[in-house]
Amino acid sequence: MTVLEPRSTETLVSLTIDGRPVTVAAGQTVLDACSAAGVDTPTLCYAENLTPVNACRVCVVEHEGSRTLIPSCSRKAEEGMEIKTNSERVRHSRKMVLEFLGSGVDMSQATQLHSWMEEYGADPSRYGPDAERINEPVKIQDDLYIRDYDKCVLCYKCVEACGDDAQLTFAIAVSGRGFGARISTEYDVTLPDSACVYCGNCVGVCPTGAIQFKTEFDLRQAEQWKPEEQTITQTICSYCGVGCNLEMHVQDNTIVKVTSPSDHSVTHGHLCIKGRFGWTYVQPTINRK
Amino acid sequence: MTDLHLTTDRATQVEMAAIDAAIDACGLDAVVVNEGERLVRGGIHRANERRHGLLPALHALHNVSGWISHGGVNYIAERLGVPPAEGFGVASFYEMFRMEDPGHINDVVHVCVDAACQIAGADGVIVNLQAQGSTVHRSPCLGQCERAPATFTQGNQGRPDFVEADAVAVEGRIIPQQGQPQLRLLRRMGETNPESLDDYVAYGGFKALAEAFRLGAEGVLAELETAALKGRGGAAFPTAVKWRGVLGAGGDQKWVVVNADESEPGTFKDRHIMELDPFAIVEAATIAGFVTGARKGFIYIRGEYPLATRRLQNAIDSARAAGFLGERIAGSSLGFELEIRRGAGAYICGEETALFESLEGFRGEPRQKPPFPTTHGLFKQPTVINNPETLINALQILEHGGAAYSQIGTSGSTGTRLFCLSGHVQVPGLYEAPHGVTLGEIIELAGGAVGNLRTVLLGGAAGSFVGVDMLDLPLTFEDSRARGASLGSGVVKLFNDTTNFPAVVARIAEFFRNESCGQCVPCRIGVVRQHELVIKSAGRSMNGEREILHDIDLAMKDASICGLGHTAATAVLSAIDLGLIGA
Ligand SMILES: Cc1cc2nc3c(=O)[nH]c(=O)nc-3n(C[C@H](O)[C@H](O)[C@H](O)COP(=O)(O)O)c2cc1C
Ligand code: SF4
Ligand code: SF4
Ligand code: SF4
Ligand code: FES
Ligand code: FES
Repeated sequence: MTVLEPRSTETLVSLTIDGRPVTVAAGQTVLDACSAAGVDTPTLCYAENLTPVNACRVCVVEHEGSRTLIPSCSRKAEEGMEIKTNSERVRHSRKMVLEFLGSGVDMSQATQLHSWMEEYGADPSRYGPDAERINEPVKIQDDLYIRDYDKCVLCYKCVEACGDDAQLTFAIAVSGRGFGARISTEYDVTLPDSACVYCGNCVGVCPTGAIQFKTEFDLRQAEQWKPEEQTITQTICSYCGVGCNLEMHVQDNTIVKVTSPSDHSVTHGHLCIKGRFGWTYVQPTINRK
Repeated sequence: MTDLHLTTDRATQVEMAAIDAAIDACGLDAVVVNEGERLVRGGIHRANERRHGLLPALHALHNVSGWISHGGVNYIAERLGVPPAEGFGVASFYEMFRMEDPGHINDVVHVCVDAACQIAGADGVIVNLQAQGSTVHRSPCLGQCERAPATFTQGNQGRPDFVEADAVAVEGRIIPQQGQPQLRLLRRMGETNPESLDDYVAYGGFKALAEAFRLGAEGVLAELETAALKGRGGAAFPTAVKWRGVLGAGGDQKWVVVNADESEPGTFKDRHIMELDPFAIVEAATIAGFVTGARKGFIYIRGEYPLATRRLQNAIDSARAAGFLGERIAGSSLGFELEIRRGAGAYICGEETALFESLEGFRGEPRQKPPFPTTHGLFKQPTVINNPETLINALQILEHGGAAYSQIGTSGSTGTRLFCLSGHVQVPGLYEAPHGVTLGEIIELAGGAVGNLRTVLLGGAAGSFVGVDMLDLPLTFEDSRARGASLGSGVVKLFNDTTNFPAVVARIAEFFRNESCGQCVPCRIGVVRQHELVIKSAGRSMNGEREILHDIDLAMKDASICGLGHTAATAVLSAIDLGLIGA
């Protein structure tokens, strides 16, 4: 008779999500456990390819025994945890986070947030028309992308992508404090004057359109941005030997932006200026004023 | 890291010299950072071991130039290998740093506009100063509420910072209870020369350290456990558990941090300890190092405390000269070093993990816990962090024994407690009394209220307003909790019935709005909406606002990262419940 070695329990943790038992690998997060249990969790500042900063708090869940709710995106799953994802407290905090954002930030292009706001019953209008909003003019400083911090939810994703998590350029950081905190270059100099190398990785991770490709911005201004009509063509960047995966977004036979899949083993979604913006040779006719 | 990209602005010779001196004064080689640990953002970048020189360098730059000049930031960036965008981001976090050239070289007079000073006529002080041509900055509580209205002057062109009231010769008593025989924590205050090590030793100084050496680490922990000492910084965490956690934590680099950022509005106890008994902090921090295995400590002191900073520095220097710091302390095999770091105007940097971030040279943004400081504190290494009042209690315990100590106060709240009385009270100041003294008794100790007492703000801006029906409240952790209040940092701020409560409560809401670090959504935006609602409903009864304020409170309590958000609505809601506003 063969005796099966029991699987090492040290590398697995068991917990319950809304009463359902799930088992995940040690080191995985509560968010991973929620996904494993088939529970959808809203996230805003979390991304697979970035270190969690647990700042937006829209992903909070209730943890039996904790005084406060916990951020599922950064909290490691622990043996025996009892997690509730749909309690009154969870729904209230998620609703308030979305409501607060809606009351202060321009979320018109953050389409994913709209459905969550509906789901949780967020009503930003109850703070009245005088509620202070972020009031920033759009920064158009070059032909490649624009920054519109009216739309910034301060998720830190662009800072992470520009810094530690991908680019190691550190051209942008959070400045100021509280409601006055902003993503900024040093002394707010223009991007061409900053350390920016135009990799576009910040644009790639921004969830709200606060940083946007100029191509997309111009089309939106002209009310010609039609994501539903766009096709995506996969290709591999031909500039160097790394072999980054590119996704060319095409609308009306024109490339309108380039992304890379965040789960791709080479890029983790991040590119350099050549892959991101070097497509003009494919399409030399595009209007690049 | 890739090469730094800098704008063309260059620092002046004076700026460079000041920055160099500040950076050289930091023991920059002392730090080893674990690479590969990516607990909080900035993993790789944190391997920069020079970065903790950033805040001292910014202070030096600001002091010579009166603002954070672009050339200065570039020079600091070069010296420390910090990207200029991050240097700018860090500098702009702090209230004491001007980010734009003011166009003049005046000192800046910070005038406190928080409650005690508000009711003592801060607005008039501002008008007068401005009429004289002074540059004025409206400041949150300056930790001098007992001598409201308070100011602090920030020097320019290399002139030192100072507090005008510090220079005034004090006649008679320095603290109201000076010289009274029952005093424990305050017994030396006003009785010894705070700049004299000999005086300190003559009044029992360094006896506790000798006792600690005799008992050994385990013996000290046993005494702390018997004494049941709980932290006085606000969270009431058992000190023995914390110290034992650090002792048991792995790793050969550990730290002691004294949290002297005292910024809770209404609190001035730590300033008194540091100004009037600074050697006690040196001794207690050394004991914490001895017990936990840490060989280096930092005192993170709020930037608006120039006298306390000077006296602590003197205490450190004289202790070192006399062999009470450095290698082989007092003839033992123990080595321990202490260094002072100044904050730069940010209430949030009193939150322990924000303090670590600030000290490391990052923005003072709190970390999500767990992990806790006992294993992942300063530089992600095991760290014992304590409030000065907690630390001097440890001296008492060692001098008299844990059992004797535990006889003072109540079983749930042992020992004596420092109370900061201010506002409409006859003799404002710092008082010591055993836990269990009632609110009414402590007010009587201070000569009673001025006028007709309407309410007491208990515990600070993060605490709550209580009515006169609470004068019988025994001031203990357990009684205050049971009756929905909190002792917080020992604030007892009185308001009589002539107070303009809408203005006072609006100012508290504004305080939180200004002091939120901005990291998490519930607090960053919640405190703004709360402030707007309080202003909107001023002077009239509340309609739907009350319900929205409760909704905001619940979300901030449940979903914020740190204690600032958790308590930001407590005082406002208690004011509504008491009918101080919105009735
Ligand atoms: C917003 C905020 C501000 C704080 N400010 C201080 C402070 O100024 N001094 C202090 O000792 N603790 C402060 N704390 C508490 C510290 O986080 C920590 O609990 C304390 O320093 C631990 O020391 P103790 O155990 O000796 O009380 C603050 C906490 C929060 C949430
Ligand atoms: S384009 Fe690249 S280098 Fe420039 S700010 Fe964005 S992430 Fe940083
Ligand atoms: S600009 Fe975009 S990615 Fe950056 S913090 Fe704002 S919302 Fe997040
Ligand atoms: S609760 Fe407030 S102060 Fe604390 S981390 Fe969040 S935004 Fe910052
Ligand atoms: S997604 Fe978890 S806090 Fe933002
Ligand atoms: S110093 Fe003004 S309120 Fe404390």
